[in-house]
Amino acid sequence: MFENLSEKLQRAFKTLRGQAVLTEENIGEALRELRLALLEADVNFKVVKELIDHIQAKAVGQQVATSLSPGEQVIKIVRDELVATLGTDTARVKFASQPPTVILMAGLQGSGKTTTSGKLANWLKNGGHRPLLVSVDVYRPAAREQLKVVAHAIKANIYEGSNVEANTATVERLAKEAKREAMISGSDVLIVDTAGRLHIDDQLMDEMQSLKKILNPSEILFVADAMTGQDAVRSADEFHKKLSLTGVVLTKMDGDARGGAALSIRQVTGQPIKFIGVGEKYDALEPFHPDRIVSRILGMGDILSLIERAEQNVDKKKAQEMASRALSGDGFSLEDFRDQLQQVKKMGSIKNIMGMLPSIGPFAGMQKHADKVDEKQIGRIEAIISSMTAHERHHHEVINGSRRKRIARGSGTSVQEVNNLLRQYAQMRKMFKDMGKASFGRKLAGMKFPGM
Amino acid sequence: MLRSLFGGTDTEKEPAKKPGFFERMKQAVTRTRENLSERIEEAVSFNKEIDRNTLEDLEATLIGADLGTTTTQEVLGKLREKADRKQIKDVEELKRLLKAELLAILNRANVPPVPAPEGMPEVILVVGVNGTGKTTSIGKLTQFLRSQGKSVTLCAADTFRAAAIEQLEIWGQRTGTEVIRTKAGGDPAAVLFDALQAATARHSDYVIVDTAGRLHNKAGLMAELEKMRRTAQRIVPGAPHETLLVVDATTGQNGLQQARQFTDSAGVTGIVLSKLDGTAKGGVVIAISRELGLPVRYVGVGEKADDLLRFVPEDFVDSLFD
Repeated sequence: MFENLSEKLQRAFKTLRGQAVLTEENIGEALRELRLALLEADVNFKVVKELIDHIQAKAVGQQVATSLSPGEQVIKIVRDELVATLGTDTARVKFASQPPTVILMAGLQGSGKTTTSGKLANWLKNGGHRPLLVSVDVYRPAAREQLKVVAHAIKANIYEGSNVEANTATVERLAKEAKREAMISGSDVLIVDTAGRLHIDDQLMDEMQSLKKILNPSEILFVADAMTGQDAVRSADEFHKKLSLTGVVLTKMDGDARGGAALSIRQVTGQPIKFIGVGEKYDALEPFHPDRIVSRILGMGDILSLIERAEQNVDKKKAQEMASRALSGDGFSLEDFRDQLQQVKKMGSIKNIMGMLPSIGPFAGMQKHADKVDEKQIGRIEAIISSMTAHERHHHEVINGSRRKRIARGSGTSVQEVNNLLRQYAQMRKMFKDMGKASFGRKLAGMKFPGM
Repeated sequence: MLRSLFGGTDTEKEPAKKPGFFERMKQAVTRTRENLSERIEEAVSFNKEIDRNTLEDLEATLIGADLGTTTTQEVLGKLREKADRKQIKDVEELKRLLKAELLAILNRANVPPVPAPEGMPEVILVVGVNGTGKTTSIGKLTQFLRSQGKSVTLCAADTFRAAAIEQLEIWGQRTGTEVIRTKAGGDPAAVLFDALQAATARHSDYVIVDTAGRLHNKAGLMAELEKMRRTAQRIVPGAPHETLLVVDATTGQNGLQQARQFTDSAGVTGIVLSKLDGTAKGGVVIAISRELGLPVRYVGVGEKADDLLRFVPEDFVDSLFD
């Protein structure tokens, strides 16, 4: 149903097998597909043109590496180019030498400034800071009330102040009072939530400049919706021209937008994307990873680098032998199990591998668990299997209580861990056996899925 | 300018309030237009026919307005055929035909909502992703209906977002409209039930239901909308009679996905295109109309109570090329 860019590029290159050099002609089709993919992902069309020109200049004349198909090679060039565009800056908040550090939030209406202010305060709090929140949005009904509720929810301090009239004078007064309050209360960071405004609204943009003068912020963060379309370049450019932004927060990344606006905004402002918002809870703020969003923009997860690594590191022949043995019945021994673990280990840490899965589609949410993975666990399993005799590895059923004790001692683990491993192994074995049976496939095919 | 475009009522008042804004917008777009026209003029005078560069410029205009590649290619494909067959003689005709293609898409979708049964309130459910301007649009729509002498009951069913209820209540005060509410974190279907009963008892002409913003890929939250629809039907037959999806004009191609999912779960019958007073063109609504046949009912052009205008397809299409 949904053909991703990677497949399209492969198809575009089908006719080219055996050609040794990338030329303007033989990558033309692929670049047209790339152009469409980037436009569908909402990258601004002028930015797309620049990128394509760059990529073409880089690709043409390159020797096709033996290990990659021409399609894969172009994808690699594209990815490298996009990652380079987004930059490698990590999320780091610039702190003032003299506290309080002021962070000024800016952006269009509805981009998520208030929620992000709360998330940022929460993030700083968890990092041992004492943030103070203030809302100077005197215009939108209940905007200041909203930040109050947010602050209460995350148990952060807020300067409420009084709100007499909805005008710039009130805004300036609130800003001054909040800064004084931050100093008196010993808060080291002041987060200033502002009213959403259009980049072409001179009066409100002037107000923003005045706030900048009063507060002398260390950070001016542009909060932008990940769903923004072609106009992202224009609003980001205007905000940057008037305020000299120091960073970007891309919100609503838990939706299914491709997020091409990230490329547009980075291109016109040159400022790093520092955080992404990934949910409505107050801890749903994450540091930004350029490589991950590039894969998302291209619609292919980071599966590609996963495959690349697998191909580099996994012995294909060995894997195939093992697979056919395992599926045929009882052939999957503890020794095969250990081999497999070693192959996986060669690909890098489990954490990294999980992080490379696409953040949308069937893998949604899996990256979140990456942090919980215990890398040492694999080492312990290896040690347990290595402490078995060859006979035990091929005939697990002989491993009785006293053998378990011996294995646990030999591997420096506990009997409980040995038991766990044997249980897991038995499960896997059964699964493989089921998969090998022809009927299993039929059973799957015959299953009724809801809604089908 | 936008006001006159969309048939607003108080054209005189606007320029005085925000001096320079419309002027500047006009200047900016005139520049693009001149570039485009010049190039088209050039192409035509040289070849006496439409050349490929002209179509490429038009493509940039449509893509730049967020129509998306599929809609753009389809529309331009039709033009290209005609140009190849030399049926288009000059640039004016080319532009006229392009506008006609876009208008055809918007007009095809222009179906009026089903009226409520006699003596029952018309229920309008307002949905959308976070931050598109649902509550503000409701405030303005209430003002619009009140100015036509209709009675309205507001239902604060966004019980999730901080201070959303308070925000709607302020709009209630501004427009002299009663807001039926529950406490923060309450059941949205329950407050909808209360609001519909109150409105039926009071013979309100309209009930407008504010819902929490939700991303369309969250199945649980989308199911909540289905539940609200079922609740509404139990009290008022055929309710909701209109389900408006609020789409932010700055939204790109994800708008199409939003429309698909919300139509699936909430049975969207019309679009409110908000924040059209910025520089974004909101062209994704053409892609939405093309695929889902959904009409655009209103456009939002500011934060004041009377900044909601009825959608006029001709003016909207013209604004894409301004």
